[in-house]
Amino acid sequence: MAQALVELILRRFPEAVVQTHAQLGDETVVVQPAKWHEVAQALRDDPAAAMEMLVDLTAVDFPEREPRFEVVAHLLSLSRGHRLRLKARVGDAGGERAEIASLTDLWASANWMERECYDLFGVVFRGHPDLRRILLYPEFIGHPLRRDYPAERAQPLVPYRDVPNVDKLPPFGPEEGMSFGRRAHELVRDEEVTDEG
Amino acid sequence: MGELRAPPPGGDTASAITTRAAEVIAWAQKYSLFMYPFVTACCAMEFMAVTGPRFDFSRFGAEAPRFSPRQSDLLWIVGTITQRQAPVLKRIYEQMAEPKWVLAFGTCAAVGGFYDNYACVPGIDKIIPCHVYVPGCPPRPEAVLDGLMLLQDKIQRGDRSPQRVTPRVDPAQQPDLALHSIRPRGPRQG
Repeated sequence: MAQALVELILRRFPEAVVQTHAQLGDETVVVQPAKWHEVAQALRDDPAAAMEMLVDLTAVDFPEREPRFEVVAHLLSLSRGHRLRLKARVGDAGGERAEIASLTDLWASANWMERECYDLFGVVFRGHPDLRRILLYPEFIGHPLRRDYPAERAQPLVPYRDVPNVDKLPPFGPEEGMSFGRRAHELVRDEEVTDEG
Repeated sequence: MGELRAPPPGGDTASAITTRAAEVIAWAQKYSLFMYPFVTACCAMEFMAVTGPRFDFSRFGAEAPRFSPRQSDLLWIVGTITQRQAPVLKRIYEQMAEPKWVLAFGTCAAVGGFYDNYACVPGIDKIIPCHVYVPGCPPRPEAVLDGLMLLQDKIQRGDRSPQRVTPRVDPAQQPDLALHSIRPRGPRQG
C-alpha cells in the first residue's frame, strides 16, 4: 500500500531520493537533506499521501559512516491508513554540520521531538522556534546518545557528598551494587564458568 | 525495644510505669513517622501496594503522608533519581525538620540499579545520607515492611548508621533460579 507513496515521491522528486527500501513491510525513503522539508510538505499536502500525523522523529548515529547521522521521521496518514518512514543523512565524521530543516511548521508534534533529537544527538534543526534542551539540563555538555560520548560520564548538577569513598558507601561492599554495571562486574554464563574450571 | 518497667502482675497494684525520657520519645517517634513520599518511578506500584489495605503499613504508625517536607520526618525515595532531579531531592531533604530519616526504596534509589549512565544518580547516598536501604526491583511489600521495622528498631536504638534489608530468600543461593553467575571483574581467562 505504501509502495504507491514511494512511487509518488520518486515521480515528484526524482532528484531528491537517495535510496528506497522496505523492511518487514515498512517502506522507507532516504532523501537529500536539502529536500527534507519539501518532501515532507508534499507528503502532508498531496491528497494521495495525506500524512496528517508525524508519529516520531529521531536520529541514529553511525560513527563509521559519512554522513554520520540518519534523521528518521515516521509519518502516518490517519485518513488513508498508511505509513512511511522518511530518512535523511547529515553530519560529518566529527559530528559537525549536522543540520536539517525543521518540520515544526508542518506538524506541531515535531517541536518537542526535534528538541529531544537536538538534546541527545546534537542535530540542529534550522527554523525551529525554540531549539533548546528538553530532557537534560542546560549545564550539560555534549550529546549523550552520540556513540563517542563516554558511557560512564555523568555530569552531576549537585556535587556528591564530601565523604570518603563516595562511589560505594556502606553498607555496600566494593563488589556490591550496580550488579549489572560495567564498572564492577562482568556477566558470565554459567557454562563458561564450568569450562574454566 | 524500649524498657517499660512495670511492677509484676499480682503484686503491688500501683499503676506506675517508669522509663527513660529518651526511650519514651524514641518510642513515640518510631510509631508516629510522618512520611514524605518522593516517588519517581515504577517502584511506586509496590509503594501503593504497601500503603494499600492488604499490606497496610498504617499498622506501623506510618500512616499519614505529608506533602510538605517541613512536616515530615521520614523521606521515602521510591524510584530512580536522575541527575536533573538531584537538586530538588537535596533541597527537600534539607527542608525536613530534625530528627529525620531517609529510606531508599528499591535498587535504583539504593545504588542506581542498572542505570549506570549519564542520566541517573548512582544511589541517593551520593547526594544525601541514607539510613535504610531496601533492595529489590521492585522490592516485595514484605521487604518494605522489613525495612520499615528495621528503621523503627534503629530509631528506638538511636542508631543512625546506614543499614540494608537482607532478602529472606537469596536467589544466588538457589541454583534453580540463578541463570547467570556474577563475579567481580578481573583479567579474563583464555
